Amino acid sequence: MSSDRTTETESNTAENVHRTGLKGPGPDERPHPQGRRNSQGIRIDPEVEAEPDTREAVLSALVLNEPGVLARASGLFARRQFNIESLTVGTTQSEEYSRITLVIREPEPGIEQAKKQLEKLVPVISVTELTDEAVRRELALIKIEGEHPDQIAAVAEMYDGRVVDACADAITVEVTGPKNTIENALDTFERFGVREIVRTGTAALEAGANATAKHWPDE
Amino acid sequence: MSERATPTPETDDPTHGAADTEEQPRTDDADDERPPVTTGASSVVRALEAAGVEAAFGVQGGAIMPVYDALYDSPIRHVMMAHEQGASHAADAYGVVKGEPGVCLATSGPGATNLVTGIADANMDSDAVLALTGQVPSDMVGSDAFQETDTIGVTAPITKHNYFAGDADTVGDTVGEAFALAGMGRPGPTLVDLPKDVTQGEAGREPGPARPPKTYNPQMEADEQDVKVAARAIENAEKPLLLFGGGVIKANASKTARAFAIDHGIPVVTTMPGIGSFPEDHELCLSWAGMHGTGYANMAITHTDLLIAVGTRFDDRLTGGIDSFAPEAEVLHIDIDPAEISKNIHADYPLVGDAGRVIDQVDTAMEHSPDAREWREQCGQWKEEYPMDYAAPSDEPLKPQFVVEAFDEATADDTIVTTGVGQHQMWASQYWTYREPRTWVSSHGLGTMGYGLPAAIGARLAADQMGQEDRSVVCFDGDGSFLMTMQELSVAVRENMDITVAVLNNEYIGMVRQWQDAFYEGRHMAAEYNWCPEFDRLAEAFGARGWRVDDYDQVVDAVSEALAYDGPSVIDFHVDPGENVYPMVASGAPNGKFALSEDQL
Repeated sequence: MSSDRTTETESNTAENVHRTGLKGPGPDERPHPQGRRNSQGIRIDPEVEAEPDTREAVLSALVLNEPGVLARASGLFARRQFNIESLTVGTTQSEEYSRITLVIREPEPGIEQAKKQLEKLVPVISVTELTDEAVRRELALIKIEGEHPDQIAAVAEMYDGRVVDACADAITVEVTGPKNTIENALDTFERFGVREIVRTGTAALEAGANATAKHWPDE
Repeated sequence: MSERATPTPETDDPTHGAADTEEQPRTDDADDERPPVTTGASSVVRALEAAGVEAAFGVQGGAIMPVYDALYDSPIRHVMMAHEQGASHAADAYGVVKGEPGVCLATSGPGATNLVTGIADANMDSDAVLALTGQVPSDMVGSDAFQETDTIGVTAPITKHNYFAGDADTVGDTVGEAFALAGMGRPGPTLVDLPKDVTQGEAGREPGPARPPKTYNPQMEADEQDVKVAARAIENAEKPLLLFGGGVIKANASKTARAFAIDHGIPVVTTMPGIGSFPEDHELCLSWAGMHGTGYANMAITHTDLLIAVGTRFDDRLTGGIDSFAPEAEVLHIDIDPAEISKNIHADYPLVGDAGRVIDQVDTAMEHSPDAREWREQCGQWKEEYPMDYAAPSDEPLKPQFVVEAFDEATADDTIVTTGVGQHQMWASQYWTYREPRTWVSSHGLGTMGYGLPAAIGARLAADQMGQEDRSVVCFDGDGSFLMTMQELSVAVRENMDITVAVLNNEYIGMVRQWQDAFYEGRHMAAEYNWCPEFDRLAEAFGARGWRVDDYDQVVDAVSEALAYDGPSVIDFHVDPGENVYPMVASGAPNGKFALSEDQL
C-alpha cells in the first residue's frame, strides 16, 4: 500500500481487545424464575418433563392440478424436517384438482404445524386430518420365487390378494389393503423367497358420507 | 397430474381465465395514450403500471431484454444496479420504506441466482418483493441451455410463491397476481420466471387488474370468543408485557399499537424488526429484546406473567433458549399467519388476524386495564440498573457507539437508517433512538452482510418518490459488509442519490472476532484484515465524497459535512477494533442471563 495515511493497526491483536462491558448486576446476581418450557415451547413442570409422544396422522390436501405442486409439497416437508411415512398424489373427480395424501409421524404440535404449513402453499385449497374411521388403502406388488405357485396363490387369497403375473421362475402377487394387512402379507411371503417388492403410499378417504376435503373452491 | 419440468401454457395460470378480464374495458384516458400491448413483455410492463409500480431495480441481460425493451416507453423509473444482489436488496428496502412491494429484475442463470440472496432475505423478514427473471425459451428449458438455471426450483423454498409464465396473453395477469400476493396478508417475496419466447410472443389483450390468487384468503379478524378470553387474561395480568414485532409495522398498526400500550399502561418490548413500532424515548418503551437487546428488555421478558406478542415469529435470536424463554408467562399471540402460532413458542391465547384489527378487537373487549403499576415501576428500575452506557476512555480509540449517537443527534426523527450485518448493525440499533416505523431498515432473519448500501439506495428512491426529498438516509456499514456490495456506490453516484454511508471500520469481521475472543480462545482465524482499502479515497474514486475520521474531535464536523453534501458520501470511521457488543445472550442461553462483559459469557 502506497498511501502515507496508513496507520499501523497495532491494536488489532487479541491482547488489546477490551474486556470491559456495560454496568449492572451480573447474571448470578439477578433473580431467575424457576419455570421451564419443553422443546415445543410449551410450559411444563420441570420435575415431570418427558419427551413428547409422537403419533401417526393422515393428512389429505386438495390442491390445484398444476405443474410443480407435488414438488412444492414434498420440498416443504423435507425442508422443515417433518417425518413423512408416505406421500401419494393423484387426480380427483375434477381434472382441475388433485389430492395429496400424506402420512406423517410427529408430536402433536408438529402435526398442527405440518397442516398449517401445507395450507400456506398457494396451490393448496384445503388440508384435512382424517379420522381413525377413514378408509385407508395401500398396494404392494411382491415378486416371489416360482417354486410353490399353489401355496403362493393360497396365501395371496388369505390377504384378499391375487396373482397378477406368473412364469416358471417367479410369481408376482398384488395385495391391497390397510397398512397392517400389507405388512402381514409381506411377512408371510418371506418364507417363499421374496425377490422384489414395490409399495405405494396410503390413499385415504373419509368414511361414510363425510367429505374428505373441508371445502372446494367456489365455482 | 403431471409433474414435469416444462409447464404447459394451459396450466400456467389456472386461477385467471382470459374471459373475465376481457370484460373490463379500459376507460382510463392516460392508458389510451400508451402504446397497445403487443407482446408478452409489454403485457408484463403494463401489469406493473396498472398495479401502481413507480420504480424497479435490476440488471440487464439476454433473456430479460424483451422486458427491458418494453420498459423503454414506461413511466416506471428503472434503476440499473451494479449487481443483481443489490437490485433485490434495493427493492426490498424500497418496499419497506414505501409500504408496497418493491420490484427487481434480472436475467436468467447468473442474474437470477444473484437475486437469490436478496429474495431469501426478504422471505425471512416478510418483506414484499416482486422479482421478475428472464428465462431461456420454453422449448430449451431442461436442456442446460446457455444461462439456464431452474429458477423456479431454486427459489421455491424462499418465495411465498413463484410462477413460470407459460403464455404471452396471460403473462401480465400472472405478474399482477404475483405483485398482489407479495403485499397481501403476511408479506413476502414472489417471483415470475419469464421465458424469452413468452415475453417476445404476441399478446393481444391488456392484462387484468392485480388480484391475489383465489386460493389465498388470509384471515383478517380473530374469532370473537377467543378475543374475549384473551381480553380477560390481559385484564387480570399482574406483569403484562407487549412484544411488538415487525408485523406491527407491516400491518401499518403502529398507531393502534401505541395507543393500546399507552391507554392500558403496559410496558413495551420490541423485536429487532419491530424497532420503530413504538417510540424508544417513551417511558413505557424498554427497546428491543434478544441476543443483543437491552438488559431491561430481557429482564422484562424473563419475568412477565403475560406476554402479548404481536406480529412476531419468535426467532431464536429473540427467544434465546426455548426452555427458559418467558418461563413464567402465558403467551397471547396475535399474527396474520396461522403457521406462526405455536411454531416455536406455545400460544395460550392464539389470535389470528391483522395486527391493527385484532388489537382493536381486544381493546374493545377489555373492560378495564390491568393493574400493572408495580410492574411498571419494576421495569423502570431495570432501566436504571442496566443502562446502555458505554465506556469511552480517552486512551482508547474512537468508540463506534459515539458515532451512532452523533449521527442521531445531527439528523431529524424521520431519518431512515439502513445497515449491513454485524457489530455495526447492533450499535446502530442500540444507540440510535427510533421513534417512527419504517425508519429502521435492516437484514434481520437472514443476516445478510452487504445489505446496507443497496438498501440505502432503495430507501432513498422511495423517500424521493413519496415527496420526502429532505429526509436523510444514513447507512451504517461495517468494513466487511461494505466490501461486499460497495460497487453500488457507482449507482448512487450515477443517480445522484443523497445518502450518507458511515463505515464503522474496525478492520475486522468484528462480530466473528468478538465470538472468537469469547468462544475460540482469541484465535482470529479469517476475521482480521491485514489490509483494508481506504474507503474515503475509494468513495472519491467512485465520484462520491469521502472523509476519514480517527478521533472524537473530527466526528461532528465530518457528520455535518457529509449530511450537508447533496449526493452520496462516505465517512470511514476508524473505530476501536477491540470494542464488543453488549449486552449479549449466548446462543441458546436464557435471556435473563445476558452478559454485560466477556467474562460473564
